[in-house]
Amino acid sequence: MRFFEFINKTPLTVKVGLIIVVLNVVAALFAPAIAPYEQDEVVGDVWLSPGSGHLLGTDQLGRDVFSRMLYGARNTIALAISITLLAFLIGVVCGLLAATIGGILDMLLSRIVDVVISFPPLILTLMVLSILGSSTFVLLVVIAVIDSTKVYRLSRALAMDLKVMEFVEVARLRGESTWWIISREIFPNAMPTLLAEFGLRFCFIFLFISALSFLGLGIQPPAADWGSMVRDNAGAISFGIFIPLWPAGAIAMLSVGVNLLVDWFLQRSAQIRSS
Amino acid sequence: MKCLLSIRKLTIEGWSGENWSVLVDNLDLHLGRGEVLGLIGESGAGKSTLGLACLGYTRPGCRIASGSIVFDGIELTTAPKEILRKLRGSRVAYVAQSAAASFNPAHRILYQFTEAPIHHRLMNFDQAKQKALAIYSRLNLPDPTRIGYRYPHQLSGGQLQRAMVAMAMASEPEIIIFDEPTTALDVTTQIEVMAAIKEVIRDRNTSAIYITHDLAVVSQLADRIMVLRYGKLVEEASTRRLLLDPKEKYTRDLLNVKNWCKEKAPSKEDELLEVSSVSAGYNPECNVVENISFKVRRGCTMAVVGESGSGKTSLARVIIGLLPPREGNIIFQGKPLPPLLQHRNKDSLRRMQMIYQMPDVALNPRHKISKILGRPLAFYFGMDARSIKKRIYELLEMIELPRGYEKRYPSELSGGEKQRICIARALAAQPDLIICDEVTSALDNLVAEGILKLLQGLQDELGVSYLYITHDLATVKAISDDIMVMLKGRIVEKGNKNKILSPPHHEYTELLLASVPEVDPDWLDSVLSGRTCQAG
Repeated sequence: MRFFEFINKTPLTVKVGLIIVVLNVVAALFAPAIAPYEQDEVVGDVWLSPGSGHLLGTDQLGRDVFSRMLYGARNTIALAISITLLAFLIGVVCGLLAATIGGILDMLLSRIVDVVISFPPLILTLMVLSILGSSTFVLLVVIAVIDSTKVYRLSRALAMDLKVMEFVEVARLRGESTWWIISREIFPNAMPTLLAEFGLRFCFIFLFISALSFLGLGIQPPAADWGSMVRDNAGAISFGIFIPLWPAGAIAMLSVGVNLLVDWFLQRSAQIRSS
Repeated sequence: MKCLLSIRKLTIEGWSGENWSVLVDNLDLHLGRGEVLGLIGESGAGKSTLGLACLGYTRPGCRIASGSIVFDGIELTTAPKEILRKLRGSRVAYVAQSAAASFNPAHRILYQFTEAPIHHRLMNFDQAKQKALAIYSRLNLPDPTRIGYRYPHQLSGGQLQRAMVAMAMASEPEIIIFDEPTTALDVTTQIEVMAAIKEVIRDRNTSAIYITHDLAVVSQLADRIMVLRYGKLVEEASTRRLLLDPKEKYTRDLLNVKNWCKEKAPSKEDELLEVSSVSAGYNPECNVVENISFKVRRGCTMAVVGESGSGKTSLARVIIGLLPPREGNIIFQGKPLPPLLQHRNKDSLRRMQMIYQMPDVALNPRHKISKILGRPLAFYFGMDARSIKKRIYELLEMIELPRGYEKRYPSELSGGEKQRICIARALAAQPDLIICDEVTSALDNLVAEGILKLLQGLQDELGVSYLYITHDLATVKAISDDIMVMLKGRIVEKGNKNKILSPPHHEYTELLLASVPEVDPDWLDSVLSGRTCQAG
């Protein structure tokens, strides 16, 4: 009950963002149960219009677009979440360690990160993917490592601010170990900002995967993915059929929804800190 | 006397995230020309909110719920933004508490001075510059012709505060609102700034509102005083009448604060801590503490007195192990202490604890009080959960806070309560020596007195020694057994309290003692005339 009261008090943008995110999560979790057809099942003629059993029509091979949308949500969101989690694991641990221990470790890690960040991410990814192939595992590791650099910079900056606070000095005076100081003193205070960054990173990674799939190097067919759906059905526009707009719009909507939630969350934690 | 500023039945509310709470409750305020009004109260009394309302300004999240503010016939609550903008900075000026935060560090002082009069089209740059020179020399700033070309970080605290007063006077305003202008300054600097403010106000017959929590300071400058509490008016009277004959109990409490003193001086001789010939510094060239030697006796309080830059906090950092000394050593309970924190064993760390000035940053905002107090118990003594809970209740009782507080987060506590938790955290380790680094400086006088009494009570009961660092001589008088006066990193004078506080004094101690303001409207004038007699 208290949860629903809480939601009621939030501004309209938050409600909209929440609805979008919840719809996508439901689609991702329950796709096999909701989808009328399989993601690679040919069910009709090419580029049928919506109606008569096909909510959004069929794609360029005759597969049901609605089912592919649901499975696309599932595939892409699952991959994006995993990548974001891995990126955060690497980035936060390295960033907090570098800031707290300082010295050579900090210098070494920061310079490595500087080098990786200086490459344009799309070009670097394309290079690595064309060498190692586009399996899910390779995608996961490559994008996670590239994005972890930005998380590293953020968590290092947060930890540098926090480690000079008096309560960290109190812990040090007590004789606490470095691990204790990082995990119990610094990390809980960095968490709100990191949580917001998690939301934003998820959006970027999601868009990145869609872009890679659009270029043909992301999630491989016949697995459904919104990016590749846009590319595959792009030709339909010339015939006045709007099928590619569904996956494109879905990508945009999810990004906007997550951003709305993250914005509000950041606003609230800034308020809490200032009051 | 015609009223320049007339506030009637003003109520200001602030949004706390859930509902509107009243910050200023139905207050009346009248200010005539050339009059100085003092606003006294503790933190949260609404003084700054009221002071800002005189400019027609409310902080973000606040609103004027009802009432009227009339400045020279103009109603400020309903005035359009253009009229308010014309008033602010030219006819009504505001001097903030922190000069360092009010100056833009990227621009020279002179250009920030001339900004307001030029913007309000009162004069051109050359005229403003001449005016700046005149005011700077009136305020006794060193090298008035060239100081304007310095950046804010190149001026000392007192100089910067006077530069801010000068900046407020640039457009010759009719009212200046001083918001705790001397609170952040040392006593010796405070006198200079107070004298400067008094002179410039008298020169130009400016009206002023002086906001502070220090009754001694306001009694030097104000003609009339208003005492505020929780947004309401407690008492209002002319300065002399208020000081001689306060009608309300709260006013009497404010007047009597800093009169408490500890009773007995123990004569135990055994030493707990001996610091011998310690010198230390941050830069290779210079030392911030030079050749410091002193002893702290068991169960006694050694007060370290000095102004900013005297090296007192650096000395504490040397003792606690954060700053290695270049020369000298520290002997604790008969055994020499390794200079660096990392080399000391857990037991030595446990026996020496430190309490900081600002309890807001000394407590981790994401830890509950139970965790803050429980961690030293678990870390030093390896207690299990049930003994920890019992001990936490005992600690809360020692610091006079009720049970149930251990479930709260630091943000839910007041400043005084947070400082008590810091004391409890230090006590949890059962130390022999507690280093108190200006622990009451950030608190209001009444709250600070409560903390001092608590600390003394704990010393009587547990026999713990204090190394009490402070710049406030009244605290020193109240709580110390031995005193050490520091200036520029060296000890100027040290010894038993009675010996130090009674004449003859070292020159610097004399200066410090004479600079503490007394609750007497003529004190400032007598000090200043005494100085001119000495000089001339």
